[in-house]
Amino acid sequence: MPPGSATAAVHRPETFLPGTFRDDFSYRNSPGNIPHFPFPFAEDSYRYSVNIEPHVPGRPGSAFEHLIDVDEHYLSEMADRARVLEEDPLRYQALPHMMLAQWDVLELLMEEQARAYPHLFTLTKDGDRWRWINRPMGIDDTFTFGDPATLPREPFDYIARQTQGDHAILDQRDGNLWMDAGMITAQADWSLDFDVGMSFHEWHAPVPLAHEMGVFDRALKFLLNLRLGQPVRRLNWTMTINPRLDTSPERYPHWGPDRMTVTPQNAGRKVHLRVELQSLWRLPRSNAILFPIRGYLMSLDQIVTVPKWGRRLPRVLESLPPELVEYKGLSRYRQTAIDWLKPYDDGQPTSPGIFPD
Amino acid sequence: MAAAFLSRPVYPGLALVPQARRHIFALEGAGAGALTDLAPDAGALTRSDILYLPRDPDGAAQAVALAALGAASLWQAPDLAALLSRLAGLLDGARMGTRLYAAGSEGFIGQVLVVAEAAGIDPLSVATEHRGNRARRVQCVHCKTVAEEVTTQPCACPGCGLTLFVRDHYSRRLGAFQGVCIDAEEPGSAPAAEEAFR
Repeated sequence: MPPGSATAAVHRPETFLPGTFRDDFSYRNSPGNIPHFPFPFAEDSYRYSVNIEPHVPGRPGSAFEHLIDVDEHYLSEMADRARVLEEDPLRYQALPHMMLAQWDVLELLMEEQARAYPHLFTLTKDGDRWRWINRPMGIDDTFTFGDPATLPREPFDYIARQTQGDHAILDQRDGNLWMDAGMITAQADWSLDFDVGMSFHEWHAPVPLAHEMGVFDRALKFLLNLRLGQPVRRLNWTMTINPRLDTSPERYPHWGPDRMTVTPQNAGRKVHLRVELQSLWRLPRSNAILFPIRGYLMSLDQIVTVPKWGRRLPRVLESLPPELVEYKGLSRYRQTAIDWLKPYDDGQPTSPGIFPD
Repeated sequence: MAAAFLSRPVYPGLALVPQARRHIFALEGAGAGALTDLAPDAGALTRSDILYLPRDPDGAAQAVALAALGAASLWQAPDLAALLSRLAGLLDGARMGTRLYAAGSEGFIGQVLVVAEAAGIDPLSVATEHRGNRARRVQCVHCKTVAEEVTTQPCACPGCGLTLFVRDHYSRRLGAFQGVCIDAEEPGSAPAAEEAFR
């Protein structure tokens, strides 16, 4: 496939890049896709906050333009997910009581993608008889909504293999949220197999600092009241060496050694900012919550092509609290990354907000 | 601080629910003492079934003490698998008003709770008391092997042989702590194992 043409003001991917997220790590963003990246820092120093805002369509061309974002890496990400699942089927799990929520999720992801990208996806409904066309992946399936036997896989498994980003489904009961289903193949070092079935505070237990600040108490209270048709979003971030999607704890012995390989010479292409656009959606039938964790990777040398981002990133990295540096696994290469970025910080002030000037 | 780690269960101690129509006690090793200390009245004991897994060195004496209570039934298990299997059978036939109690090592309680949850019992309704050593059940996050009776930090995975850091992160579903390779970034740099969970 040819590389993607420059993204127009409106994000409408026509062609898909063939990059890989393992072995030769040929993943790159095309120049036109750089402004699409959801740079996560709205100011020059790091501040922990829940930073939840309404998930409404945002700036054209950005990752926020469409609520379920599809970009030039769609096919390569779906191929990587298929390989991960082949090697480790436990990356997909759904507890038995989540079947209704699975159908909710299938409907939501099909409708959102078909609405935003009609040239890529088409959903037609004739009563319970639905037809789903996924042109990039060459899929054309007709099935009965609500009848799992009419799909080649469980509904959540089926649609999550056709949607960029990891997805968890949170069941709501007893005044709590429970991680009772997930398709998690590109995670920042947490194990679905270990965490499935946990309550909100349980699966967040390893996160430092935030519990003492009451962050999770407030977030849970907020999410329990999440309303249908009013999804919300937040950005989270970490850093990854090489453009590797599968940084699961399961595979840590495979990717952990990468952290030792960063040098002043290669930091620009090896060190990647990894951003998660997390959104949360109330589901209509099951009253569960869909939690897409849509990941984006960009190397430092591509980040600094946006002057504002190149100025800001080293400033933010210098301001991180030590517990966070440790938790995010940055200890071994943070200083090398800062030193590599420094020449791009000319000391000028930066404008507020995350978007390029 | 481990006590504040939010995925770790807390074990408030056994307290008899007097109005229960039936009591099932699953006890392991020193966990027998949790029931004998509780000293239930004769009326409650006539509605009590005790499943007991003895552990050295005091297993025999504890079995005698349990027998002296005079419960409706006392069954001594040859091993853990047998106890869990019998417990599952009992819970399967249990009626409304049945209360489950578990006392013993953390790994034992965890596995009793897994059986209880599979039987549709809310784990939070199970009375639990931690007695005996602090050895941990650890799931290797890499190969998924579960190591029993882990007392050192780090520990060796009996499945894949990696040296695992034993985290405080605990899964009730698995009844196990999480073990993560401690020297993945620099293979061979693992520190020597030290007694940590006794």
